[in-house]
Amino acid sequence: MPRTGAGAHSLAAMGPVTAILLTIASAIAGESDPQDFIQIEKGRYLAVVGDCASCHTVPGRRPFAGGRAIETPFGNILAPNITPDRDTGIGAWSDDEFDRAVRKGVREDGSLLYPAMPYNAYTKMSRQEVLAIRAYLNTVEAVRNAVVANTLPFPFNIRAAMHVWNALYFTEGAYKPDPAKSADWNRGAYLVDGPAHCGACHTPKTLLGGDKTSRYLQGSDLQGWSAPDITNDKVHGIGNWSAAEAVSYLKTGHNRVSAATGPMAEAISLSTSQMTDADLAAIVTYLKSLPDRGGAATPLAAQDPVMVAGAAIYRDACSACHGLDGRGTAQLFPSIADSSMVRSDDPATLIRIVLRGARSVATAGEPTGPGMPSYAWQLDDAQVASVLTYIRNAWGSGASTVSAQDVARAKSQLASRPD
Amino acid sequence: MTKQFDNIGLRRRELLAGTAVFFLGLRRSQAAAIYGALPWAPNAGDPPVPVKPGPWLFFTGAEGRAIEAIADRIIPPDPQTPGGKDAGCAVFIDRQLAGPYGQQDGLYLRPPFQAGMKNQGEQSEGGPRQSYRSGLAALDKACKAKFAGKEFAELSDGDKDKVLGDLESGELKLDGVDGKAFFAEVVKDVQMGFFADPIYGGNRDMVAWKMIGYPGARYNYLDWVNRHNERFPLPPVAMTGRAEWTPKAR
Amino acid sequence: MSRRLPKRDVVIIGLGWTGSIMAHELTDAGLDVIAIERGPWRDSPTDFPPSYMQDELRYRVRHELFLRPDQLTFTFRNKIDQTALPIRSWGAFMPPNGVGGGGVHWNAEMWRFLPTDFVLRTHLTQRYGAAFLPEDMTIQDWGVTYEDLEPHYDQFEYLCGTSGTAGNLKGEIQDGGNPFEGPRSRPYPTPAQAQPFGATLFAKAARELGYKPFPQPSGNLSQPYTNPLGIRLGQCTYCGFCEWFGCGNYSKASPQTTILPVLIRKSNFSLRDNSEVVKINTDGSGKVATSVTFVDTSGQEWEQPADLVILSAYSMFNVQLLLHSKIGQPYDPVANAGVVGRNFTHQTISSVNGFFDNKKFNFNPFIASGSIGMCIDEFNGDNFDHGPHGFVGGAYMGQVQTGARPIESTLVPPGTPKWGAAWKQAVRDNYLSTIKPGTGVHGSFYAYRDVYLDLDPTYKDRFGRPLMRMTIDFHDNEIKQNAFMTDRFAEVIKAMGANVLEKQYRTAPYDVTKYQTTHLNGGAIMGVDPKTSVVNRYLQSWDVSNLFVLGASAYPQNAGYNPTDTVGALAFWAAAAIRDQYLKSPGPLVHA
Repeated sequence: MPRTGAGAHSLAAMGPVTAILLTIASAIAGESDPQDFIQIEKGRYLAVVGDCASCHTVPGRRPFAGGRAIETPFGNILAPNITPDRDTGIGAWSDDEFDRAVRKGVREDGSLLYPAMPYNAYTKMSRQEVLAIRAYLNTVEAVRNAVVANTLPFPFNIRAAMHVWNALYFTEGAYKPDPAKSADWNRGAYLVDGPAHCGACHTPKTLLGGDKTSRYLQGSDLQGWSAPDITNDKVHGIGNWSAAEAVSYLKTGHNRVSAATGPMAEAISLSTSQMTDADLAAIVTYLKSLPDRGGAATPLAAQDPVMVAGAAIYRDACSACHGLDGRGTAQLFPSIADSSMVRSDDPATLIRIVLRGARSVATAGEPTGPGMPSYAWQLDDAQVASVLTYIRNAWGSGASTVSAQDVARAKSQLASRPD
Repeated sequence: MTKQFDNIGLRRRELLAGTAVFFLGLRRSQAAAIYGALPWAPNAGDPPVPVKPGPWLFFTGAEGRAIEAIADRIIPPDPQTPGGKDAGCAVFIDRQLAGPYGQQDGLYLRPPFQAGMKNQGEQSEGGPRQSYRSGLAALDKACKAKFAGKEFAELSDGDKDKVLGDLESGELKLDGVDGKAFFAEVVKDVQMGFFADPIYGGNRDMVAWKMIGYPGARYNYLDWVNRHNERFPLPPVAMTGRAEWTPKAR
Repeated sequence: MSRRLPKRDVVIIGLGWTGSIMAHELTDAGLDVIAIERGPWRDSPTDFPPSYMQDELRYRVRHELFLRPDQLTFTFRNKIDQTALPIRSWGAFMPPNGVGGGGVHWNAEMWRFLPTDFVLRTHLTQRYGAAFLPEDMTIQDWGVTYEDLEPHYDQFEYLCGTSGTAGNLKGEIQDGGNPFEGPRSRPYPTPAQAQPFGATLFAKAARELGYKPFPQPSGNLSQPYTNPLGIRLGQCTYCGFCEWFGCGNYSKASPQTTILPVLIRKSNFSLRDNSEVVKINTDGSGKVATSVTFVDTSGQEWEQPADLVILSAYSMFNVQLLLHSKIGQPYDPVANAGVVGRNFTHQTISSVNGFFDNKKFNFNPFIASGSIGMCIDEFNGDNFDHGPHGFVGGAYMGQVQTGARPIESTLVPPGTPKWGAAWKQAVRDNYLSTIKPGTGVHGSFYAYRDVYLDLDPTYKDRFGRPLMRMTIDFHDNEIKQNAFMTDRFAEVIKAMGANVLEKQYRTAPYDVTKYQTTHLNGGAIMGVDPKTSVVNRYLQSWDVSNLFVLGASAYPQNAGYNPTDTVGALAFWAAAAIRDQYLKSPGPLVHA
């Protein structure tokens, strides 16, 4: 979870001079009309859907001024300043240059962007939509903040290598509606694969960081979290959420079964909770059309020693909030018994939450923001493994066991993480 | 919207080895400005640190012998339940005296110290450490005088009980120490150590809780509220869990 | 040297129940509010997790969640001619500290006062004649009526999701509820909690004796609940670690579980924790509060200017701050003049323990909530004819045992040795079959001329300010009242089938080492006459009209009930007065 940095803000107040400079700057920056309020509002909404702020805004600092470290498997990349500042932002870019960056992954100097900028998803937007985003960005405060662009270690700092990556993984082009599907479905598909770029986190990646399309939206991992399967799979995905429950999750961060934490909490807070109900319904329509991959694992027998130990821990400790029946309390404590996240192939999020605790997202629709305490002081690795194996197998379908070594490995990987 | 939480990271205190010490309500001890969102950090909280077995941290060897012997008379061993000594009550008291309780952390210790009425509460400057130091020394001194050089721990059980009974009634006076008050304090502390969570050194293996049928550090009894006049069947659990939490080897 | 901060509309001193209610109401009214809290920020998953909250030694015996006496304490004496000595370690009460205040560690027992409690002097004089009341009893009418407060009781109870069975709905007595309560406009927001064996057995015995038992109204919820702010609370799981402890699973009403999640998101609210307000500053005239001075943990002094000052620091600290800030004339009991510090009261508590045959009774006493219990109210307030008995006031009584944590609950029958093999065997034999109600008799404590608060001449706090001095003792009226109540209570415990009773009467002198609830009240009482009260009926200071003083410091005397429901109702009442009247036209709301 991002943390605020300490330290002074970088922009000195300059009073009325700033306002004049901004007006001049935005008049020159591209062709957008600074008084086309319809276009600007459309761009603002698309920037929310695209969640530009989550990479380009350091929490607590000036919006879109860049400087935030984006973690990739290849190292950290600093997101650039996309305010209209002429020297350190994109104020001097033309509209074409902006469009090429967002939809084609090419910087204004012709060098390639790393796909940490999800241009391979944003390509699905139309030029008109991207220019609307430009028009909106022209209205935000220009911030002087020079961001160092090349921070990846060799050989990943060779941007030209992205040609290869693009050849493998980048299919340029705006979204093409499927005439056999409803308008709603198409809107959802467009949002998911386009501006909302859900696959960036929820589709597993190849070694080179491209999408494993055969496992589309079936879950992946990032920053020490596992992002779950979001297809309509009943065991691993959102198959046993009603459409209304799924919309509720995106809108408020909570539903009967689950509560968002970690990076998804931020996505909900900055993006999905501010989208229209119609768009959220469309996303859900689309996701729930993605088929169940089937093949639920047989649950471990209750008499297995690991299950026996896990059951004891569950009764003594976890039931305080998650209930004696595992069903929690709607909108407050997740229902472990029917949570697909609990049965994720990758238990990284589960291990992490038990060890470090978690704060669920608070939104206007669900302001409570309940938290889970940390159990690392109380449970040793074998005990954490037992209780997680238990909750993955105790209620209906099964999932892979969690071992003490899994927990130990996670502990050492998490040790350096601030969030 | 700005969300800020300027706070020092929440860290567990590094503690003297073996003392289960808890923060005396001043954990987040630096003033902070809080707004925007409920504060959060991973590994937040201030869990208790288990007492580690080992040598006395406060008592001298002689004091330790005396307090163990006293504990075993206040709570004598019987076939079903260990006595105060084996239950760890003396260890409990030793670690408490070595920690913040012993040094009267958080109490108002400003002068002047004046004697008052009993209902005005304790007004002396010395705290539990001084109380035990001087009390145990005076007790052994009295025993040696009365029992031909034997300290309390060397007496027969019968003699020990007689000595303690006389202390309780006030018939046995200790030199420079209010024997009655000291004995009452020791009874309170031994019994407290017997019934506290094992993490603090006493109630080893939850023997006291097993004795009385107390289920320990549980939190959810929803399935038992309406079962009236039936024995609750689950074994006690301590804050550090119970044996059943660890999977048995196949 | 004090550093001056930018002015805010409102500064709130202390972020407990009343501070949180006022912050919520005033931020909703669009004002810019800053709260300054002496203790630390506290929240459920970080401070009361159900993984180590179940620690009797740490939280009950060593009082970890409470104020440290070395941070602030009081001196105590029974009578004016004695020397007060410092309370070096808490005993009779435990003042709260930290965000949430007493709302974190309370039992969540939510009782309304009786309609007659608010017009006590008028009512008792009418019924029994002025001569029936002791000459030095200084009880007063409040200046508000039950009818004034009813909508705000309702507001606070619905904020909390209170679990209960209504006894009087709009004048119609309801079966199963308290037949003596004042009329309520609607039922409780959630049903009463399930009762364990001991409570149901008490109710059965009470019914057989002709009483009408009912479940204690509880802020530990019987089912999940969403309050009017959209905040979700969970279902209480009867863990038995309620009073002294924070709640680990969001099921006890507190500022944390009912207000703070919404409050903290408002852009017009912020908080400074671990910062102690040491003075309320007024202008040259002494009639306008201009700012508060507070000290942070580095010792730095700050000045927070504001247009409106809300003093919500807990009853005792309210009075102390008024005295240190020289707002209002301090009370002099000898001259019988002045107001700040007069009508100081506590609660008259006693109990009866019952030892039962362990082959026939197993109470599982560790299964409990903080506000569990079946109670009878026949002997509270003026619900019965006091004429033959020679005292006024009363108590509710009930099997309200909140748990059986073993350090405190391993009782042995009277006469059992306190140690040794016999003691050990008795503990073993009696733990599961003993009834230990705790505050089984919860009685009123009326006000007296010589029971009051002022500043100590000798002892100082860490800032060098005088400690506040409590002069408090039981008067005959309360001792008689309690003896009567305890005997009635014992009859019910006996009728439950106890073999052995242990009656624990409340006796004089008042003992500051024996716990008797933290229901300390008065010292800045409300009323209609500035010569005998510190605040008017809206809790606005008579002397400084931009200062409101919230909490039980406003109570002219204490009724036979836990004070918090009334504290919450009065806070909503005062907030409504500020929003509807004061903000439109700042100045005195009542002209005496």
